[in-house]
Amino acid sequence: MSNVAEISTATSRAAAANSRGTARSRAARIGTERVIRGGLLACALLSIVTTFTILAILLVQSASFFALPQVSAWEFFTGTTWAPLLGEEKHFGIWPLIAGTLLVTSIAAAFALPVGLVVAIYLSEYAPSRVRSILKPILEVLAGIPTVVYGFFALAVITPFLHDHVSESFGTFNALGAGLAVGIMILPIVASLSEDSLRAVPRSLRDAAFAMGGTRFDVSTKVVVPAALSGIVASWLLAITRAIGETMIVALAAGGLASMTLNPANEVQTMTAYMVQIFTGDAPAYGIEYKSSFAVATVLFVITLALTVVGNLFLRAFREEYE
Amino acid sequence: MNTPPNAPPPRNIDIKPPMTVGAPAVVVAPVADTEHIAIRAQGLDSWYGSVQALKGISLEIPKCRVTALIGPSGCGKSTFLRWINRMNDPIPGARASGTLTLHGDDLLSRSLDVVELRRRVGMVFQKPNPFTKSIYDNVAFGPRLHRSFRRTDLDELVENSLRAAALWDEVKDRLNSSALGLSGGQQQRLCIARAIAVGPEVLLMDEPCSALDPKSTASIEQLIRELETSYTIVIVTHNMQQAARVSDRTAFFFEGTLVECGSTDRIFTNPANKQTEDYVSGRFG
Repeated sequence: MSNVAEISTATSRAAAANSRGTARSRAARIGTERVIRGGLLACALLSIVTTFTILAILLVQSASFFALPQVSAWEFFTGTTWAPLLGEEKHFGIWPLIAGTLLVTSIAAAFALPVGLVVAIYLSEYAPSRVRSILKPILEVLAGIPTVVYGFFALAVITPFLHDHVSESFGTFNALGAGLAVGIMILPIVASLSEDSLRAVPRSLRDAAFAMGGTRFDVSTKVVVPAALSGIVASWLLAITRAIGETMIVALAAGGLASMTLNPANEVQTMTAYMVQIFTGDAPAYGIEYKSSFAVATVLFVITLALTVVGNLFLRAFREEYE
Repeated sequence: MNTPPNAPPPRNIDIKPPMTVGAPAVVVAPVADTEHIAIRAQGLDSWYGSVQALKGISLEIPKCRVTALIGPSGCGKSTFLRWINRMNDPIPGARASGTLTLHGDDLLSRSLDVVELRRRVGMVFQKPNPFTKSIYDNVAFGPRLHRSFRRTDLDELVENSLRAAALWDEVKDRLNSSALGLSGGQQQRLCIARAIAVGPEVLLMDEPCSALDPKSTASIEQLIRELETSYTIVIVTHNMQQAARVSDRTAFFFEGTLVECGSTDRIFTNPANKQTEDYVSGRFG
């Protein structure tokens, strides 16, 4: 009984204390809310405006490039000679740059996608929590290293190793050294995002498989990885997008010679490396070479945009699975 | 399914213990025919780190019968269940001592092949947990882990497992569609089919109906009754009516000890222990 009395005294005291405070005016409340809403909207609009401005500049400059009398759009999209600076006659066929980009990206992907997935499986399914708490931060540090460091790592370590131990044909600049460095750079992206999607697979599915006599390997490969597959594929696509757009490593380590080649020992130029070459002063500003880099940038933008969209579609499919 | 009070015990597996007077002693009714004991625990203790979850459990579980483990949350019934197929192994700090055997094989031995044990002891979980695969692949998952099959043999095994789980007629036309498209009750029967497909002797069920609606619950309960002719079933349940409906024997756990074990009929109509009586009559828990 005393309990009931105590509660009723306390509630009446709380009500009395509450009425002593100053009321917040309705106008002030609505005003604050409006200012905050406006500020947030402005921030959101800024990012959209920036994106569309970049896109507009790319398109305008590309259009003025294709309007030049020396340039043919047909040659640009089908040509296999990229010689914007050298020789009497300039050639703007983008395929050597695309080939260089694809070669470096393929090497990076061939290394980073499987290794990253294995690391993710280890971290999510095998590693004791102590090992995981050490490895995961190391991976995150790896992701934070400036890419220029990977670039000279390729020049100073990977390429000499390839030259001394694999083949004499590896020159100072080569696609394999740059590709492997890009692979090391995107490894943490694959490992970290894949691990997130592996860990998102409900525990109950693992329990079910263990309870049927599955080994850890059975459970990882036959239950967890298939259930997380869309997330893994999304991490792969996002990593490939990063590899395609990577600039510093390839500008330093892959070379500056645009060539149609699949030989990883050769010097190649990627789309990004070409843009660096133009904007770091090898070409007169506002000339034909300057404008050509905008056309290249537009092609690069379309490729990475497509991959990002596909990656996000996979991620969305993945999110829906367990709801 | 409720047995009327005062009816003769449904099966001749219980010997009524002498009524104990005074302190609540642990009352364990021995199973009459020792040949028919599948699982036997003697003085089983279990800890999670420094917390003792089971204290000296001695319990015999008869073959091809349904044994229900009841008791309030945290009483140790799930812990006991999960030692039978060693699902406690990955829990950090989980350990057990004492004796726990399945047909005489020591289940707590370090050298026990856990993979082999789990082929013999299937498990159905609280929430239906079908894999994100087709209905067919869900059922074929377990068998494929352990041996390779000719396609026709596997088809037959899948069909028979689904028939045994009373699901075949509902899914036979959509074996290749996703298991996640099934209703909750169907998913749980699929999980039972999946466990059966491995060919176990024992089925452990950890509150198999707690996530289901009453109609699905009824179908699972009926299924449990039908499966007991072939499997030793141990079911953990919070629902005392369910324990009364589906089980032959009931074991009442409280705070890590086994308070009383006997035929379900007797536990629910004439419990020897005051705590058991209070629990089954809904006075606490």
